[in-house]
Amino acid sequence: MNAPVAITGLGLMTPGGIGAAASWDAVLRGESTASPDPALEGLDVDFSCRIPGFDPVEHLGRRARKLDRFVQLAIVAAREAISDAGLDPESWDGTRVGVVIGCGMGGAPTWEEQHSVLLERGANRVSPHLIPRMIPNMAAGHIAMEFGAHGPNLATATACASGATALGYALDLLRLRRCDIVIAGGTEAGITPLSIAGFNNMTALSTRRDDPTAASRPFDVGRDGFVAAEAAGVLVLERPEDAAARGQRVYAKLAGYGASADGHHVTAPDPQGAGGELAVRAALADAGLEPGDIDHVNAHGTSTPLNDVSEARMISRVLGDRPAVTSTKGVTGHALGGAGAIEAAFSALAIHHQVIPPTANLDSQDPEIEVDVVAKAPRETSVEAVISDSFGFGGQNAVLAFTK
Amino acid sequence: MSVYTKIVELLDDKFGIAADEVTETTTFEALDLDSLDLVEFSMAAEDELGVKIEDEEAAELKTVGDAVKLLEAKGASV
Repeated sequence: MNAPVAITGLGLMTPGGIGAAASWDAVLRGESTASPDPALEGLDVDFSCRIPGFDPVEHLGRRARKLDRFVQLAIVAAREAISDAGLDPESWDGTRVGVVIGCGMGGAPTWEEQHSVLLERGANRVSPHLIPRMIPNMAAGHIAMEFGAHGPNLATATACASGATALGYALDLLRLRRCDIVIAGGTEAGITPLSIAGFNNMTALSTRRDDPTAASRPFDVGRDGFVAAEAAGVLVLERPEDAAARGQRVYAKLAGYGASADGHHVTAPDPQGAGGELAVRAALADAGLEPGDIDHVNAHGTSTPLNDVSEARMISRVLGDRPAVTSTKGVTGHALGGAGAIEAAFSALAIHHQVIPPTANLDSQDPEIEVDVVAKAPRETSVEAVISDSFGFGGQNAVLAFTK
Repeated sequence: MSVYTKIVELLDDKFGIAADEVTETTTFEALDLDSLDLVEFSMAAEDELGVKIEDEEAAELKTVGDAVKLLEAKGASV
């Protein structure tokens, strides 16, 4: 019942670059991708982490205009993942292929644009594409349409844990044999003036506008909030025996999933990370791992004052001081519903390449944070078992355990 | 300018369809325009030509020429 599943394909669209290779290189370099964002001009927070050089029409043709950006990113990431997994959608049994793509906010840019149309030009000029562009399940829906994937198909919504929740659900679909292949991940492209104003007014964002590349600094004593990012990550999951039967390379195994709710506060984590602890312990148990087995934690590590200290306390308490901790959000910023998926891919790549990326901007570790944070340079070491944390507003926690 | 030329212009402007892809016999299906796109097309035609295409009329349009005929019959002028 609790068997692991194989990760056979990866597709990434991140602020580090288009594609898994470019994204992985960027997190290994350990340099922030934040930069001034013309779409946010005039706001108190006017920088973000965008995917460099992404031209939707180049990838999707005329169809691009009918798709919100979060769907565009997910489709391009899914293409890469399926191709990377060596799968041929022309010949697979699509009835056995599921798609689970998490998303925190859906098509925020479409929503805002069409609200302006409503106010300026009237209800009769609101686009008939508004609803299909905006609803958060459309990333999964379009992937099914493009590839002929006719199995279970849905979006997960657990805010900033949505991508990790999707992978956990995918693991269950394979274990329960509801599917033979699951295309799973998360996507988000919600950087708009309205959403950034909302995040900023709840004091969640870094306001380091004079130096955006120093703004996302997880675990550093000078951190002051997260930097919003856009990204999509898609993973192809199969049962290991199926991957072996077709001789497919396996990056790593997704071995366990743990989910929990803080039941504490709308946005603030429990100060001791009690909800996160429940999820980590559940993931360990699901994977058949002991705390001492964990070599590396890809932390939620948002660079907010509250998250990083409560998460670090939780890691120390549950996993001890052995794991090498990193937050790739120092490089990528926080991609909300896409974050858990891209970090799952980075966790798998850490196992595949036996190297742990550094946490960008860690100049002076917060003295209250007593975990071994990888800083400055990648750390080459034995990486057999990895935990990836994702915690969402609403106190929704999703933790994934990966093994070699 | 004819109604046809105006429609060709509108298809480029609203849908990114190049003029050389379009003739009077080109179907909307061949241009990857579905029923929702035709609703959007009708809105644009009303804005540009001052003639309203009802939803049920839009659903019957197969070719660019059909749209020209309908709009001309409704007294569209450019």
